[in-house]
Amino acid sequence: MDTPLIEFKDVTKRFGPQTVLERVNLQIYEGQVTTIIGLSGSGKSVLLKHIIGLLKPDEGTILFRGKPLTTMNKNEKAAFLAQISYMFQDNALFDSMTVYENIALPLRETTNLKKAEIDRRVTARIEQSELSDAANKYPSELSGGMQKRAALARAMVTDPQIVLFDEPTSGQDPVRKNAILGMIAQYQRKFGFTAIMVSHEIPDVYFISNRILALYDRVIVFQGTPEELENFNHPFKDEVIHSLEGLQEELTGLYSKRQFKVLYHAQLKQKTLGETYSVVVFTLESLDAIITSLGYEAALEAIHSMGVYIDKHFGAIGGFSTRRRTNEFVTVLPYSNLTEAESMLKDFVDDFQEHGIRGILAGARKQAASELCAEFTILAGIAQSQPIVEIDSVIDSAKHQQKEIARLRCDVRR
Amino acid sequence: MALNADSQSLSKSKARGQLGRLLTRPFAAIGGAAISWVDNLGAASIFLLSAFLKILRPKQAPKIVQQIYYIGARSTLIVMLVGLFTGMVMGLQSYSALVKIGAEGVLGTLVALTLVRELGPVLTAIMIAARAGSAITAEIGIQRISEQIDALDTMRIDPLRYLISPRITASIISFPLLTALFDLIGITGGYISGVLLLGANAGTYLHRVQASMEMKDVTGGFIKAIVFAVIVSTVCCYQGYFAHMRTDSHGAKAVGLSTTSGVVLSCVLICVADYVVTSLLI
Repeated sequence: MDTPLIEFKDVTKRFGPQTVLERVNLQIYEGQVTTIIGLSGSGKSVLLKHIIGLLKPDEGTILFRGKPLTTMNKNEKAAFLAQISYMFQDNALFDSMTVYENIALPLRETTNLKKAEIDRRVTARIEQSELSDAANKYPSELSGGMQKRAALARAMVTDPQIVLFDEPTSGQDPVRKNAILGMIAQYQRKFGFTAIMVSHEIPDVYFISNRILALYDRVIVFQGTPEELENFNHPFKDEVIHSLEGLQEELTGLYSKRQFKVLYHAQLKQKTLGETYSVVVFTLESLDAIITSLGYEAALEAIHSMGVYIDKHFGAIGGFSTRRRTNEFVTVLPYSNLTEAESMLKDFVDDFQEHGIRGILAGARKQAASELCAEFTILAGIAQSQPIVEIDSVIDSAKHQQKEIARLRCDVRR
Repeated sequence: MALNADSQSLSKSKARGQLGRLLTRPFAAIGGAAISWVDNLGAASIFLLSAFLKILRPKQAPKIVQQIYYIGARSTLIVMLVGLFTGMVMGLQSYSALVKIGAEGVLGTLVALTLVRELGPVLTAIMIAARAGSAITAEIGIQRISEQIDALDTMRIDPLRYLISPRITASIISFPLLTALFDLIGITGGYISGVLLLGANAGTYLHRVQASMEMKDVTGGFIKAIVFAVIVSTVCCYQGYFAHMRTDSHGAKAVGLSTTSGVVLSCVLICVADYVVTSLLI
C-alpha cells in the first residue's frame, strides 16, 4: 500500500490524570474520505486537533508523508499546515463579521490576492453553498444549517488539499444532515482533497467514506472499509454502532438491526412448532454506479425509496424490516408462506418501478449529476422457515435464492 | 508491650506531622500565591513581547486604525466629561482652600500641574480600562471559548498578530492623546469653576497655567500614559486570551470573571506603576 498521507504512531494524549488517547496507531491515505467514529467524549475531536497542531501528543509521533512533524523545520511545518483546513463542530464563525467577511478572512489574511480575485472566489463559494441571500448577514442571524454551510464554505475557500470535518452534521435535521454529507461528497469528488471526518451519522457516512476508523476505549480498534466494518466482530459494534443507529434508521424509516432482532424473537416465540414464516432479502445492485452517474443524493434517495416501499408493502401485513448492509434489506413476514410472499413481492416490484423511481430522479436532478442516466437492478430471494431455525441461517438461505426481480433504468432527460 | 510502644511512637510521629503541616500551611499558601503571581507576570511579559514584535507585520494598519476608533475615538466623550468635572471640582476645592491663605493666584498652577502630572494620565487610563479594557477582555474571552481563536490558528492566522498587536498599538497611540484631551478639558473645567463661578482672576489663572508648566511635566504625563496603555491593553488582552485556562470557573462565567479581573488588575497596576514612574521622573 502507498505511504500514508498522515500516520499516528503510538500517540498518547493525557489531560491531567485522564488519558484520552493511548498508543493510537492509524493511517490516513491521500484522496480518500476517512471517517472516525466513536461515542461522544471518546477523543475523536482530540485526535483531529492533533493533526492540525492545535494539540500536541504527550507521547508518540505524527507523520506527514512519512516524515515526523516534530522533525520538520518552520517552513516545512508552515507548508504542511497550509494544505489543511478545519471545519469546527460548533462552526467557530466570527460573530462580529458577516458571512462574506468570514469566508473572505483566510484569503485576506494569508494570501496576497487582489481584492477583485478574493471577491470572485468568495462569491463563488457563497453561491455554491446557496448562501447568496445571507452573505451580508451575521452568523447569529442564520439558522444552524446555514451556519454549517458558511463554515464549510470558509473551510473550502482556500482550496485545501486536506480538510478536517469535526462532526459537520451535528445538530441538523435528517434532511440537512444528508444535504451536508452530500455537499462534502460532491466537493471531495470535484476537488479531490483528502477528507478526514468525525461523525456519528451511521450508516449514512458509510456512503461517502472510503475508510472508517473506530475509536473505542482510547485506542483505534478498527481501520478499514465500511464493508469490512460490517463483518468486524468486537464489543465496539454492540456498544457504539448499535447505540448510534438508534431504534429506527432516519434514512429508511425501517427498524435498526438490534430492534429487528428483538422483534424477531418476540414474534416467533409466540409461534408453535410447525408454523412457518418467510424471510425476503433484497439487494440494490450497482449502488456505486448510481453514486458515480447520478450523484450521492440519488443514491440516498434510492435507499430511502427501497425502505419506504418495503415498509409500505410488507409492514401493512405484519412484516418488519431492517437494512442489513448499505444496500441490503431483510424483511420477515411472520404470517406468510412462500407463495404469499412471492405474490407480495410482485406487487412491490410493480409499485417501485412505477413510483419509487421518481424520487431517485428528483435526487439526481437536485445534484445536477454529470451523467444523465443509470441502470441498476434489484435482487430478491425468499426463504421459508420454522421458529426453531436461527434467523441468520434463514437470511443466508434467502440470499442464496436471490435472483433479479427488477431492472430499473432511470433517465434524467425524460 | 513492645507493640504497644511502637504504636504510641507511630501516633506521636503522626501528630507531629499534622502539627507541622498546620504550622506551615499559611506559608505554603503565601508561597503558592507568590509563585503563581510570578508565573503570570512572566507569561504576561512573554505575551506582551510576542505581540509587540508583530506590530510591524504586513496588513496591520487597517486593524490598528479600527482599534484606535474602538479604544480611542469612542472613549473621547467619557474622557471629556470626567476631565471637565475633575477640573471643576479641583477649581472649587483649591480656590476655597487657597483663598484662606490669600494664595488664590496660584490656582492655575495647582490645577494644571495636578492634572498634567498625575490626574490626567491616571484618570484617563482608569476610564479607558473601565470602558474599552472590559470590552477587550470580554470580546477576546468569548472568541477563545467559542473556538474562534483556534479557528484563526487553523487558518494560519497568528492570533497574537491578528487580535493582540493591533489593540496594544492602538492603546499606545490613544492613551497619550486622550490624556492630552483630559488635561486640556480639566484645565478648562478649573477655569470655569475658579474664574467664571468663584471670581478668580482670569489673566492670573491663564498666566500661571502657562508659566508653571515645563516640558518635563508634559512629557512625564505622556510617559505615564504610555506605560498605562501597555499595562491596560496587556492585562485586558491577557485575561481574555487565557480565559479558558481559569481554574475557578469555565465558559461564560470564566469570561465574566476574566473581565472583572482585567479591569480591577489594570486599575491596581495603574496606581502601582504611577508611583514607580513618578519616583523615577522626579
